[in-house]
Amino acid sequence: MPRIPVGTAVESSLQWLVDHAGGFFDGVSAVLLFAVNTVYTALVSPLPFVLIAVFGLVAAVTTRSAVLTVFTVLAFLLVDGMRLWTQTLETLAVVIMAAVISVLVGVPVGILAANSARVSVCVRPVLDFMQTLPVFVYLVPSVFFFGIGVVPGIVATTVFAIPPAVRLTELGLRQVDAEIVEAARAFGPRPGQVLREVQLPLALPSIMAGVNQVIMLALSMVVVAGMVGAEGLGGVVVSGVTQFDIGLAFEGGIAVVVLAIFLDRVTGALGRPRSSGRRTRTALDTLLRRRAREEAPREPEHAAA
Amino acid sequence: MIEARHLTKVFDLSPARARRTLDAGPDRARAVREAGGVLAVDDVSFSVERGELFVIMGLSGSGKSTVIRMINRLVVPTTGSVLYDGTDVGGMTPRQLRGLRNERVGMVFQHFALFPHRTVRENAAYGLKARGVPRRERLRRADRALEQVGLGQRGGAYPDEFSGGMQQRVGLARALTTDPDVLIMDEPFSALDPLTRRSMQEQLLELQRDFRKTIIFVTHDLNEAMRLGDRIMVMRDGRTIQLGTGPEIIARPADGYVHDFVSDVDRTRVLTAAAVMRPPWVTAALGEDPAAVLARLERSRARGAYVTAPDGGIAGVATPEALSAAAAERRADLEHCLGGDYTAVPDDTPLVEFCHLTGGHAVPLAVVDRDKRLVGVVPRARVLDAIASAAEDRSEHA
Repeated sequence: MPRIPVGTAVESSLQWLVDHAGGFFDGVSAVLLFAVNTVYTALVSPLPFVLIAVFGLVAAVTTRSAVLTVFTVLAFLLVDGMRLWTQTLETLAVVIMAAVISVLVGVPVGILAANSARVSVCVRPVLDFMQTLPVFVYLVPSVFFFGIGVVPGIVATTVFAIPPAVRLTELGLRQVDAEIVEAARAFGPRPGQVLREVQLPLALPSIMAGVNQVIMLALSMVVVAGMVGAEGLGGVVVSGVTQFDIGLAFEGGIAVVVLAIFLDRVTGALGRPRSSGRRTRTALDTLLRRRAREEAPREPEHAAA
Repeated sequence: MIEARHLTKVFDLSPARARRTLDAGPDRARAVREAGGVLAVDDVSFSVERGELFVIMGLSGSGKSTVIRMINRLVVPTTGSVLYDGTDVGGMTPRQLRGLRNERVGMVFQHFALFPHRTVRENAAYGLKARGVPRRERLRRADRALEQVGLGQRGGAYPDEFSGGMQQRVGLARALTTDPDVLIMDEPFSALDPLTRRSMQEQLLELQRDFRKTIIFVTHDLNEAMRLGDRIMVMRDGRTIQLGTGPEIIARPADGYVHDFVSDVDRTRVLTAAAVMRPPWVTAALGEDPAAVLARLERSRARGAYVTAPDGGIAGVATPEALSAAAAERRADLEHCLGGDYTAVPDDTPLVEFCHLTGGHAVPLAVVDRDKRLVGVVPRARVLDAIASAAEDRSEHA
């Protein structure tokens, strides 16, 4: 078997991209940097105690669990006490950015894959590739394209986090009862109406499970991203490990865990059906519905006006 | 109203390949199977009149569900066409097709297929939502449809709070809200328990009396088909085996398959007075001479004669005793020998509802048409014969 120079081919094509599409990557880099800084600024501007109260409130509203609410408040107070507050928010900003991009890319791709067997077949190996290719293999090239700092971290995190968004969206849509979709079509709705009003709401628990997975995977990548110069908890852990400062590394690690538990429980609760029986409404659905109900009584006034 | 012409559907093959395969030879089913496809519906044609309740009956896999889905093009026929008042559905633009589904055809599903994330009222309003009717208006009309199916006050509940029968009422309301001319019902009552099924059937017949929709109703239950259908199309392996009214199919099953089916039917509910009656042996007109009637009566085995008025209605019954008395008094007509000792039923009464009325009088049960004219009689022996032949079928079957 002759030597097949796959590596050389990859290298030269990466070099070609850096040479010819450098401007594009610089532009992407600038946009991402601006976006993540905006999120970070928004998070860091209120006093820590205010934000901790907000986190507690979010936990209370979504999970309706007193235990988790108390845990959230105490755990974030601990993070602040370890003097890791700004780093935690940096990490949170990166996770939010990566999760938003992953969902914005992953959910539409999942919808396409659910509607077309051909797309599904093409997408699947790409997802496998994204999920199993060892992180460092593309983390380093992404430094070529985006330089040292937070942006290659976001990109690498996004690549890693997109697959569950695609997979669980596709799965959720495919699991929607075919007879219900047919029933919707039998009444002649406009194209897109069935997707928006029937398929997506019924697939919502699965899609939200995907979002939950996206966030958890993004968080798990954060430490690795610290190695390419992303600040935040990843940076804390990496410097702790490299300087043999076990205590610092542990503190960083504990802050990651706190963030992980908080984000997991909150997004998990949004996707889970509310307790009562086999009802498929989710907490998110209930929140949206409550808004719709409040709107309802106002309608007669519209009519009068 | 609706005309289906040579509908054929092949699954699992591309349309072009399927058409080529169908043209290949005489044994289409086999050719399709060998090409790796499934011939679900094979050259089915029928037409449904306005206001008719048309039943398609067959076991699972007979292609009946595919046929009705081709009527509103949820399934695109491989070959053949469907016409609504002469307009070919296949030639419609997507927009026209949506209009057809939204405004002219309502559909009810076997497993209800309600939207679990919407309230019952929103479910019922779905067709109008698709049409773009403002919220308040469509909910008002949804409430009215729910009222029609007997769920007026329950609109705020979610479907999973309802029993199967109630859920299917919602399904029916959803189909009625858009006020379509045509209702397509795909085994709507199969998933319900027998008692609920019965009451839903009655409710459907009631609605049908009030609104006269054109209904295409699919079922695998011949009793249900007989109870509801004006006409019944029996399908097997994608083909039409027989098309006719219930009594026609019972009386003359097209082949052994239909015959087997029919033998399980409760004949006493299908056979009507018209189907089992015979002409009376002796009748008399009101103006006849009592002595002549008496003579006719004595020559026959009858124990009384129905006397008809000039308009064809029953004036009364003349017994030999009354006739001989009148003859002795030399009366000119039968006016004074009429008795009221008889019972009459309309000719569309099912056997089960009149069999207990036979044999109670000297004369057999009278059968009258819509204008109350005497059209025949049912002596008790005829009832027993009809039931016995059903039992014979059944034992033959076993």
